[in-house]
Amino acid sequence: MPQRKGCVIYMFKIAVVGDKDSILAFKALGVDVFSVYDNEEARRTVDTIARNDYGIIFITEHIASLIPDTIERYDKEIIPAVILIPSNQGTLNIGMSRINDNVEKAVGSNIL
Amino acid sequence: MARLNVNPTRMELSGLKKRLATATRGHKLLKDKQDELMRRFIELIRKNKALRMDVETDLQDSFKDFLLASAVMSPEMLEEAVSFPKENIMVDIKKRNVMSVNVPVMNFIRKLEGDEGSIYPYGFAQTSSELDDAISKLYGIMSKLLELAEVEKACQLMADEIEKTRRRVNALEYRTIPELKETIRFIRMKLDENERSTITRLMKVKDIISKEA
Repeated sequence: MPQRKGCVIYMFKIAVVGDKDSILAFKALGVDVFSVYDNEEARRTVDTIARNDYGIIFITEHIASLIPDTIERYDKEIIPAVILIPSNQGTLNIGMSRINDNVEKAVGSNIL
Repeated sequence: MARLNVNPTRMELSGLKKRLATATRGHKLLKDKQDELMRRFIELIRKNKALRMDVETDLQDSFKDFLLASAVMSPEMLEEAVSFPKENIMVDIKKRNVMSVNVPVMNFIRKLEGDEGSIYPYGFAQTSSELDDAISKLYGIMSKLLELAEVEKACQLMADEIEKTRRRVNALEYRTIPELKETIRFIRMKLDENERSTITRLMKVKDIISKEA
């Protein structure tokens, strides 16, 4: 378990979660790739890698739309950062709507 | 407005006055914090939005190339080509304190194994050029993707903190401070009233004594 208090320098790994066809390309860059297919598997995978020193988890929107609760759970933590990316079937605009949700939460109305 | 349930005594009065001073000061400080947080948040969220749009289009481009590559090559070959990366990407996360919100600061650490120069972990003989395109595009996007992660996480955390601060400010402004003021007024009135009644009583007593004398 990395130390999370104070300014301790610690290396975190990067993970990509999604369907295999979308994320295989990330593997060539040295990022750890986890291919999942259904929501049960996705939930388990995200929870497991969140505990295992991963600092950033990129997850495709298609998979993220199956497990909104799990994604939300990590919103309040600094580590890991769960970031949505589009898959190879295009974007579902969940990432954008999450930004807008944040604006609404903070400002009270959407000003952008 | 409801007033607090306290005894109208001088001691309570001075206690309440102290509480009012603290609450007013706290309110001012929190309000300042909220304003500054909001300013930074709006700066950041604009950047976040632009960055996300950028990254999404770039990523889709890269995915398109990759899809083409997977159409041209056999799946086994493709998997073999990418499964032994030459690079190892780690991220170094530090915390920075922005108006009491801990936001992450991320730094990429890329470790190349073996020879430098080529980013492709495979030979060119058995792979298609589409794969090269996809990988090189993805390689270019990676740093943007990391920036997006940093900014988006910061925005999320700040949005939470702003909401919390706003609630506190409102609770102080519309609840605590008016209540304290109301109660202080009430106690003061009560004490004045007591004083007046004491004076009248004294005058009455004096009257009676002087009549008897």
